[in-house]
Amino acid sequence: MNVVANPRAWPSDSLTRVPYWVYSDQALYDIEMERIFRGDTWSFLCLEAELPRPNMFRTSHLGDMSVVVTRDGEGKVHAFENRCAHRGALLCHKDRGDAKEIACVYHNWTYDLCGKLTGVAFRRGIGGKGGMPPDSHPEEHAPRQLRVETFCGLVFGTLGKNVKPLEEFIGANITPSVRRVMAKPVKLLGGYSQILPSNWKLYMENTKDSYHASLLHMFFTTFRLNRLSQKGGLVVSEGGANHISYSMSADTAGKEYEQAKMRSANEGFALEVPEVIKSVDEFGDGIGLQILSVFPGFVLQQIRNSLAVRRIVPMGTDKTELVWMMFGFEGDTQELHDLRMMQSNLIGPGGFISMEDGAATGFVQRGSRGAASEMSVVEMGGQGIGSEESRVSEAAVRGFWNTYRQLMGV
Amino acid sequence: MSVNLEHQFRVQDLNARYTEAIDDDRLESWPDFFLPEGKYLINTAENVAHGLPLGFMFATSQAMLRDRIKALRQANIYEAQRYRHVLTAPRLVEDNGGVLLARTSFMVARVMHSGETMLFATGMYEDRIVLNGDKTLFAEKKVILDSRQIDTLLAIPL
Ligand code: FES
Ligand SMILES: [Fe+2]
Repeated sequence: MNVVANPRAWPSDSLTRVPYWVYSDQALYDIEMERIFRGDTWSFLCLEAELPRPNMFRTSHLGDMSVVVTRDGEGKVHAFENRCAHRGALLCHKDRGDAKEIACVYHNWTYDLCGKLTGVAFRRGIGGKGGMPPDSHPEEHAPRQLRVETFCGLVFGTLGKNVKPLEEFIGANITPSVRRVMAKPVKLLGGYSQILPSNWKLYMENTKDSYHASLLHMFFTTFRLNRLSQKGGLVVSEGGANHISYSMSADTAGKEYEQAKMRSANEGFALEVPEVIKSVDEFGDGIGLQILSVFPGFVLQQIRNSLAVRRIVPMGTDKTELVWMMFGFEGDTQELHDLRMMQSNLIGPGGFISMEDGAATGFVQRGSRGAASEMSVVEMGGQGIGSEESRVSEAAVRGFWNTYRQLMGV
Repeated sequence: MSVNLEHQFRVQDLNARYTEAIDDDRLESWPDFFLPEGKYLINTAENVAHGLPLGFMFATSQAMLRDRIKALRQANIYEAQRYRHVLTAPRLVEDNGGVLLARTSFMVARVMHSGETMLFATGMYEDRIVLNGDKTLFAEKKVILDSRQIDTLLAIPL
């Protein structure tokens, strides 16, 4: 066996090799939370539609750190650390709610919806006794306030001091595809979460790995529901942080579904109700599938008429929560609503074309246990991180590692 | 409401046979517990409380349930696993002679091929059940999960 002198040194300058210790090293995980999630990146916090009225809050995450996202009385969105200035208790222990101010339950210190400390209970004591010395400034330990930007109804936050404005961070070749999907006011349809038995990076790699789609997820091929030759492509942002993988519907007029139905009549081996894949070209450009990711932990999904945002919450080196929120638009016709409901069967932990992802990332976590100094091979489509016409490529995965290594200094 | 004990028993018996079929891996018989136009859905209590309709599974016919089993058997890839359902006695919420509305609480343990066993899901069945002669069938089965979290994946129905 090859014993590496320093097992934590990156094995090669090339982006085509990734050492397995990155998925299990606790010290590395702690640095990731600092340099990546609390560093110069933008994290997706929630949809604006999740804060539909003034004076509301919901909780979210910056990496594994809990944050509070609020909409103040004027309608402005803020986010701050979910940590009391006093002893560090959670300020909000509910997922969401209405509030004009936020009070810590422990000793009732109060905050406004910007996260500013506004009140310290018994600050001057009672009857001249007790209380805090006049020269004490607990405000100095107030929860850190995030810089918040919203783009197309998506709320992002950062603690980074040197991070570019959000749209620039997402990238000029990616933002049009965000706008394309987030074209109208959002209507929430339902949310859930999935616990992945793996490191957070394995899920982001999986999302950026356009190569696995038709190989791991056998639903479409088994039931002969689409052609492998469908046109599409892979777009990677400059530096590799963000990506889009897309493919055209085989037929933009919806005939694909009719054809599938015809085949189901002719072949014994088919679905009885191919309506689960029936869809309409709601964006009018023939793109049937678009998976878009923003480093470090955001995914925007359009799979036919199934629309969702997903965000990751790292929960240690080998556990990750994936939070899904499915949506449609205000003014959706009943027909379109029904299609979105029908297509809910395709996605999520029970989805015909996605249930395998949770297992696959866990397989890597378990398979690479005991092989910390070995490395994976990420060489499909060469060594680069550029955009490509072929989705039989790991260019976006290499883009992930390029960004990761820059931020981590490894 | 005075409870019709025969109806109560028929609901309990239906759910007992239903969960036994799943736990014994007789998934091909799972759709037979439903009417041809029977509905099946799995959603979270949180979504239901907020009036949000979209959850983990949604079927509007027995044929869709057959498709799901066909997909599980032939297309989807997941590690070998079994469930063990434990049910409470049902509570009849409505009884209009031929149509019953019943609620039953459940817990499901998931047993992996490795032997690893975990509490996988808890929740409530909200069933609309049709009594047709000596047949007892689901017109609609709503599986409402207490938690929004699913561990890894949800392949086998609940
Ligand atoms: S910890 Fe919040 S008021 Fe004491
Ligand atoms: Fe996948």
